[in-house]
Amino acid sequence: MERAALLRRLTWQTGTVVEIVTETAHTRTIALDVPDWGGHRGGQHIDVRLTADDGYQAQRSYSIASAPADARVEITVERLPDGEVSPYLVDELRPGDELELRGPVGGYFVWQDSPGGPLLLIAGGSGIVPFRSMLRHHRSIHSTVPVRLLYSVRAPEDLVYREELMRMATSDEIDVSLTFTRTQPPGWNGYARRIDHRMLVETGWSPSADPLTYICGPTAFVETAAELLVGIGQDPARVRTERFGGIGENP
Amino acid sequence: MTSASRGFLGRRRTDADPSRIPPGQYVTTGFPVLSAGPTPHTPVDRWTFSLRGAVDEPVSWTWDEFRALGSEDITTDIHCVTKWSKLDTERTGVSLDTVLAGVHTSARHALVFCDGGYTTNLPIADLTGGKAWIVHSFAGAPLEAQHGGPARLLVPHLYFWKSAKWVRGLELRDEDEPGFWERYGYHNYGDPWKEQRYSGD
Amino acid sequence: MTALDGNAIAGMLQTAFGRDMTAALGTCAGCGAASRLGQAGVYRGAATVLRCPNCESVLMVIIENGGVLGIDIHGLAGLRDPG
Repeated sequence: MERAALLRRLTWQTGTVVEIVTETAHTRTIALDVPDWGGHRGGQHIDVRLTADDGYQAQRSYSIASAPADARVEITVERLPDGEVSPYLVDELRPGDELELRGPVGGYFVWQDSPGGPLLLIAGGSGIVPFRSMLRHHRSIHSTVPVRLLYSVRAPEDLVYREELMRMATSDEIDVSLTFTRTQPPGWNGYARRIDHRMLVETGWSPSADPLTYICGPTAFVETAAELLVGIGQDPARVRTERFGGIGENP
Repeated sequence: MTSASRGFLGRRRTDADPSRIPPGQYVTTGFPVLSAGPTPHTPVDRWTFSLRGAVDEPVSWTWDEFRALGSEDITTDIHCVTKWSKLDTERTGVSLDTVLAGVHTSARHALVFCDGGYTTNLPIADLTGGKAWIVHSFAGAPLEAQHGGPARLLVPHLYFWKSAKWVRGLELRDEDEPGFWERYGYHNYGDPWKEQRYSGD
Repeated sequence: MTALDGNAIAGMLQTAFGRDMTAALGTCAGCGAASRLGQAGVYRGAATVLRCPNCESVLMVIIENGGVLGIDIHGLAGLRDPG
């Protein structure tokens, strides 16, 4: 069933917005009903295309936030200050609206169930989105692969999925570490700085555990994290990266 | 037929005088950053602008020498082959007429070369007669690296890929040589008013 | 520093090649390094350029014109599907 879905020709489909959840002041999760959706793997994304009345089009990619087992396709969108598409999706879109999308796409930055070795997920800002899909999938298949998540945000108001991540952290297999790089919650005595060598040693896996690592976030964050991991002795072939660029709104 | 997304306009202006907009273009309020490669960062104390090729002797200016040639303010519309146009953009730069003054050549073509390896080609006739500048400032401030700084070529009557970012010089040539995008099938000349986007248009 | 990587154009590549290409291994004709296309630097200019993460040479250029995708792969010495 899944293999057939992977070989399906990639075409534009129309989804209907069924629910919109506000995550933060500038981030919302949009749940879509997509009639011919063939399923997806954790880490994949969709391309979204908007069309104006005069035919003008704009297209952007968004990581799928929902698990493969979830009934609806969800994306979490952050409004970018100079954005063209994100302000529309965050401020204008309403339940009942239709959204043109294509996907799922991506075969490199995906996780289904890794053979051997624990999992390390490193998220910067909105880079957390594909990891929600992976973590929900991990739970739905009752995976016993140990997972450590390191999630870096600037401030408490930038943190998304907080309650869900805290619930996940209560399971034996999943550890969640947070770092707030600019401002911290009151009474916080956890990490309060950008990721560095020591933080990765403390929150990640030792190279001898042969972990599989995924890094997602803005370009500078991803490149820093990847370099640090190689510096610790991680095998670069076991590190997968996805850059959001921070300028995802540029054509 | 794709149906419209309710309420979506995009980052566009719809009030512009249509006679200023070439066919197939949309006017944007933003300033998209387009590039074929990573942004070079050349400090001005290492920057030079050179003329080489079909000249008696290659000529080169340091940043200070280049700035001493004298600049003018240019307010112009620009048109990108990816369909966005931006109106009334303000820049300051040195006219190519000034740069090429006193250069004796029988060459009719120029291949523009840049930091990062980007190239583009133009007839020398399209660089002279008040049609082209080496720009160092945008809206009164030094040109940012992502927008082509320290200096970029500005040739507003052609599609903006001809206005090469991170420009370092011209190779004057008797024979035309296609540049980076031209080699990949973009139009050799690139007149937006004739919608010359791809070769064969 | 690249702003985006091959993951960002997964849809375009899948439309062009008929299957996911982000996990495919591309060998750079410039430096010989092999990398997943998902790791390649992506630049949007007049068209879309993929560059080698090791040496920044152009691996692939994808041009969209009137609904048709043109792909130049001269920059790839090899392209292998991991299967």
